[in-house]
Amino acid sequence: MTLEQWLEDARMDAFRRKLPELAELLEGLAVATAALRDADWNDDASGRHERDEEPS
Amino acid sequence: MADLPTISALAPRIARGELRSEALTEEALARIADLNPQLNAFITVTAEAALSAAREADKDIAGGRSRGPLHGIPVSLKDLIDMKGVATTAASRLRADHVARRDAPVTTRLREAGAVIVGKTNLHEFAFGTTTEDSGWGPARNPADPSRSAGGSSAGSAIAVRTGMSVAAIGTDTGGSIRIPAAACGVVGLKPEWDEIPSEGVVPLSRQLDHVGPLARSVEDAALLFDVLRGHRPLALEEKPLWGTRIAVLGGYFFDRIDEGVEATVLGAIERCRSAGAAISTATLAHAASIAPVYLHLVLADASAYHAASLAERPAAYTPNVRLRLEMGRYILAEDYIRALRGRAVLATEIDRALSEVEALLLPSLAIPAPPLGAAAVPVKGGEEPVRNAMLRCTQPFNLSGHPAISVPCGRTPANLPVGLQIVGRRGRTRELLQLARSVEAALASET
Repeated sequence: MTLEQWLEDARMDAFRRKLPELAELLEGLAVATAALRDADWNDDASGRHERDEEPS
Repeated sequence: MADLPTISALAPRIARGELRSEALTEEALARIADLNPQLNAFITVTAEAALSAAREADKDIAGGRSRGPLHGIPVSLKDLIDMKGVATTAASRLRADHVARRDAPVTTRLREAGAVIVGKTNLHEFAFGTTTEDSGWGPARNPADPSRSAGGSSAGSAIAVRTGMSVAAIGTDTGGSIRIPAAACGVVGLKPEWDEIPSEGVVPLSRQLDHVGPLARSVEDAALLFDVLRGHRPLALEEKPLWGTRIAVLGGYFFDRIDEGVEATVLGAIERCRSAGAAISTATLAHAASIAPVYLHLVLADASAYHAASLAERPAAYTPNVRLRLEMGRYILAEDYIRALRGRAVLATEIDRALSEVEALLLPSLAIPAPPLGAAAVPVKGGEEPVRNAMLRCTQPFNLSGHPAISVPCGRTPANLPVGLQIVGRRGRTRELLQLARSVEAALASET
């Protein structure tokens, strides 16, 4: 699932549950999740992220 | 704290019959009665049971019997540690009617060592925060300035030790919850290596990150409590100079977004260690910027799993901010949790490497002084930082990695607020870390 899709679904669910403050927090979580997904230790089935060495 | 005696000073006097545990316990209870209405350190005070235990301790001494190294010493428990017959509230109204059916193993070990338990201390609800503003029993306040937070989540524990409501305290640390309040209040706080002290009978936040440990008035007391809590016979620390000890300052990220007064105080303490003969180098963690995202995904998901049923059934029993953070964890995807687990392993390896040529790492315990209650953000070098991020920044990597770490008071900011120096040791070397911390404490004391 893309981060954009995840955030849209999560925000809609928070509003459905009448927790608008949660929707704001989820936007902050999305920033952290983006950083996590961008980290260089992540690997990928396509091999695109393969490196000569393991992360330091 | 110079006016408040340590366990190491009190225990021999009790053993010799020069000081009665009943008198010492009455003094602690009097301080609770006097200071708790303002500082809100205790949720439950077990006065009758404590006085009864103290009288028994005095009878034992009169009969020539000593129960152990904590004989007759008043100690407090963070209120997420079970004490038989007493509520373990975790500072949540959700658990107001709870009664523990048995002692947690750490409570049993304290009792077997002779401790007198005076009560259960306040914390950030379910240990899920760093300021102890969100407690079902109201915010805890800093003894140095009651308009400020005492840190968290083990705030009541640090306040109790700092003010003489108990001689020592037992807390827990999932992202810094022993070291942060210890630094904010000016006491010693030890997070041992992960799983060195049993966490059974302790309400969890994240079982893979939770650590149980002591808050005390000296490193020597912290070492004694560490041995008691892990079920070992206490061994005294040596008077050992810092000369020749190899230590690295963990730089970069850990000094990037820091209060300038805290930075100057910590750097001054590091210079005093250098003057005392320590060989100081520098180290960095290549993935330091990933610490907070990794930590967040693990702790949120773990906590939400534990609270799922109660969140569905009694959401209003939680304080609003803690409820929202727990709800947030329910949206974390399994694939992101797995990425965080991988990142955790990468960070742990980097910390092991940073320690490979040195005996310990030095960095601030808390990047800011105790923040004002109600503050959402605080000034740091380079701008403003959300309070929670600023408070967790320096401590949470060692919950992810499991390395032992201790906060030692190292001075005060220009506004006279306490500052803590964090010392991180190698895995399997918590005793060596305590020995080194004892030497650092002595080096700092000799030049202040």
